Amino acid sequence: MATMAGPSRLIGAPIKRREDPRLVQGLSHYVDDIKLVNTLHCTFLRSDYAHADIKSIDTEAAENLSGVVKVITGSDIAGKVGSIPCAAEIEGLKVPDHPALAVGRVRFVGEPIAAVVATDPYVARDALDLIEVEYDELPAVVDLDAAIESDSTVIYDEFDDNIAFTMPLDAGDVDAAFAEADHVVSQRFVNQRLIPNSIEPRGVLAEYLPGEGTLTVWSSTQVPHHLKTILSLLLDLPEQLVRVIAPEVGGGFGSKLNVYPEEAVVAYLATQLRKPVKWIEKRSEGFTTTIHGRDQVDYVDMAVKNDGTITALRAKLLANMGAYHQLLTPIIPVLTYLMMPGAYKIPNIKLELIGVFTNKMATDAYRGAGRPEATHIIERMVDLAAQKLGMDAKEIRFKNFPQPDEFPLEMATGVTYDSGNYQMSFNKALDTVDYASLRARQAELRGQGRYMGIGIATYAEICGMGPSVGVAGGGWESSTVRIERTGKVTVLTGVSPHGQGQETSFAQIVADEYGISIDDIVIIHGDTGRQPQGIGTFGSRATAVGGAALIIATQQVKEKMAQIAAHMLEANADDLVFEDGNIFVQGSPDSAVTFADVAATAHVAVNLPPEVEPGLEATHFFEPSNFTYPFGAHISIVEVDPETGEIDLQRYVAVDDCGNIINPLLVDGQVHGGIAQGLGQAMYEGAVYDENGQLLTGSFMDYAIPKATQVPRFETEHTTTPSPVNPLGVKGVGEAGTIASSPCLVNAVVDALSPFGITDIDMPMTPNRVWQAIQDAQ
Amino acid sequence: MNKSRKQINTTINGEDYTHEVEPRLLLVHYLREVAGLTGTHVGCETSLCGACTAIVDGQAVKTCTMLAVQADGAEITTIEGLAQDGELHPIQEGFWERHGLQCGFCTPGMIVAAHQLLERNPNPSEDEIRHGLEGNFCRCTGYQHIVDAVQYAAEKMQG
Repeated sequence: MATMAGPSRLIGAPIKRREDPRLVQGLSHYVDDIKLVNTLHCTFLRSDYAHADIKSIDTEAAENLSGVVKVITGSDIAGKVGSIPCAAEIEGLKVPDHPALAVGRVRFVGEPIAAVVATDPYVARDALDLIEVEYDELPAVVDLDAAIESDSTVIYDEFDDNIAFTMPLDAGDVDAAFAEADHVVSQRFVNQRLIPNSIEPRGVLAEYLPGEGTLTVWSSTQVPHHLKTILSLLLDLPEQLVRVIAPEVGGGFGSKLNVYPEEAVVAYLATQLRKPVKWIEKRSEGFTTTIHGRDQVDYVDMAVKNDGTITALRAKLLANMGAYHQLLTPIIPVLTYLMMPGAYKIPNIKLELIGVFTNKMATDAYRGAGRPEATHIIERMVDLAAQKLGMDAKEIRFKNFPQPDEFPLEMATGVTYDSGNYQMSFNKALDTVDYASLRARQAELRGQGRYMGIGIATYAEICGMGPSVGVAGGGWESSTVRIERTGKVTVLTGVSPHGQGQETSFAQIVADEYGISIDDIVIIHGDTGRQPQGIGTFGSRATAVGGAALIIATQQVKEKMAQIAAHMLEANADDLVFEDGNIFVQGSPDSAVTFADVAATAHVAVNLPPEVEPGLEATHFFEPSNFTYPFGAHISIVEVDPETGEIDLQRYVAVDDCGNIINPLLVDGQVHGGIAQGLGQAMYEGAVYDENGQLLTGSFMDYAIPKATQVPRFETEHTTTPSPVNPLGVKGVGEAGTIASSPCLVNAVVDALSPFGITDIDMPMTPNRVWQAIQDAQ
Repeated sequence: MNKSRKQINTTINGEDYTHEVEPRLLLVHYLREVAGLTGTHVGCETSLCGACTAIVDGQAVKTCTMLAVQADGAEITTIEGLAQDGELHPIQEGFWERHGLQCGFCTPGMIVAAHQLLERNPNPSEDEIRHGLEGNFCRCTGYQHIVDAVQYAAEKMQG
């Protein structure tokens, strides 16, 4: 880049969000806020059984209800709506057919069986009660360990067992390391099933114009571009005539990184009925049929030396797929597998990852997606090893961290960590809490019969999802930057923010580069009709990959602008500065052309330099060279009441290193929200199915997401280790809080209860469970 | 007049509305689908998440578990009614200033609940703010910036 940017004014500043005025006034438009004339309303009849053959479906009474326009079942759309796809490519992966509406058999509670369309949403609900379904119940497969036993019911007739895939790893010499170990620690972990629960339920609105042949779908999705492509394939429509719009989207956390049966069915119905069709998820449907997260049972052994050196890790990971693969279902535990060593150099690793079908809702990406599981395992194992060695939890971590000069660092699992300085973030956290005095305080309280615990999690995670070789469906991102005739800047991005705030942070990047006001920049996202190519927002990738595409496109346009400005100023383009809305030769701000004048010149096109074409627009596709690997250290302080099992979370300190920071206000918001969700897993949340595969935690009465009174104030700090894999040096921060916080809190509670001889406790650490653990230990 | 429908009169954000509605119509659907005010959201339909909170006759109400016919004669304020003459209400301003929202879906209900909280207790402690907002779920923020936003508003409203 020849031209110099003006002084950096906005990158790194806590700019308040440009999204907010519309949101705080209730003036934004989520899917259900979009009203089209003559819209019909869709509802879904869902399976009451986890596993059953459908003997018959009688829809006649529903069809006869006044106001009902159409009722369809699986057989009505067979061959017309394709199988809901899974993008995972894993050797030997079993991929069952996934019809949008069940045909012949149902495999989880909530599986859609029929769809009703009516002129009124209340009538559409009434009609569901008039549909009669006769079932033949089959034994439900619900337990992960039992599902892979030879006597288990097999869910798919076409497969021999319930194993969806197995993935082995044998790096180094694990057997020798265990033979030579001074100590071996072993533990079984249950990483319980979670339900994402974005506060906006899912929703779809579809409109088909038969004359033009265009299908427009508004969906509460994180991946409008994937949805566009997949809908065109599922419905056999030309992709260029399908437009997907993700309007305002009310949270996703991975649960909207998917293509769901309802999206396909509603779009299909719109093409058939030739009127707009809308479906808005009820919360009860969200609990049963929006993807779930986690759900692993992990058997882990660790070999350690007397000095605390970890020499080997061996694990069998059982990952619950649920009944069908959704878009990325089998991929999620692969991230656990890749990140098993966490922040530690462990040369010998032997793993067996087994994906298992059960009669439950599919699991898929939920904030952290595979890395919270890995971090839970490794951070708990490190503490267990320290406990066994009588070593401080701090010392064992320093003992096994790689040194900062060892990056990029290839791990035994095959991934290469981009950059890191784990000592720096951990030291900052230890200093913040004054670790030595905390341990002294703990000893003092123990003397008084009080149970204070200090929990540590030093994590490394994988994010910035790209490069494409590692991300199903593509790991690149695109951005278009266009300077309009008036000098206003339009930025189109393929990422699809739904709360992350890129309308602000992306504008900060562009404003600095062009030396113009942030108010002159508009960021357009979530619309395949405006930005045709993109991947979406997930895996803490939007800024690391989408921001990188954006800065490069911004610079490409800037180079052309500099050529035009140089022609106008009779100067050399290499000498120009962009500052305060002006472009001038460095040192000569008095003879400037304005940014807007240069934009006008580019469009009027009568005073362009030779060989320069009119217009100011560039599109860039950015392919990162590697993932990014954020890291950090979280410390929590708890006191446990042994009489009640209640946990008093007194302090939570997070030091995160997410590389360079564009907007610290937004980064803090991401960390807070992330910690709250990890805290939810550690202390409150858990999806419970009974032995028949009925979801017992199907409402907010039974599934406890944290309330304002249930989370403390978080203290956030940062260290900055730029990533070398993108031009912004950013790593991503959306998931870090979730990844670190659940093991951090479990480590704190186990530390508090270690005088009882307690070495592990399952999540969620409810008072009853904590109390029971104390009783069992006594 | 359709026999099964009832006529209701309401005042919403200072404007008078008269409609015939089904007796079973929920107030939140009346606000959103009949009156066309979509700032009040539906998050759970079980009166737990608080996304549908609006002010009905001076009380913060979860409008997903109240019938529209029960609001006959009521004076209702929704999120759209808080800003005056193009000026954000101090609570709205606080949420903007303190980054009290991310996806924004819970925000209207949260702001309306905070409105009632500050009416009853103009100078709340952090604990009192957290208790006052216990009936409103946010999945994005971890609540800390929401607390900060309400504190900002409390200070501003007291001058």
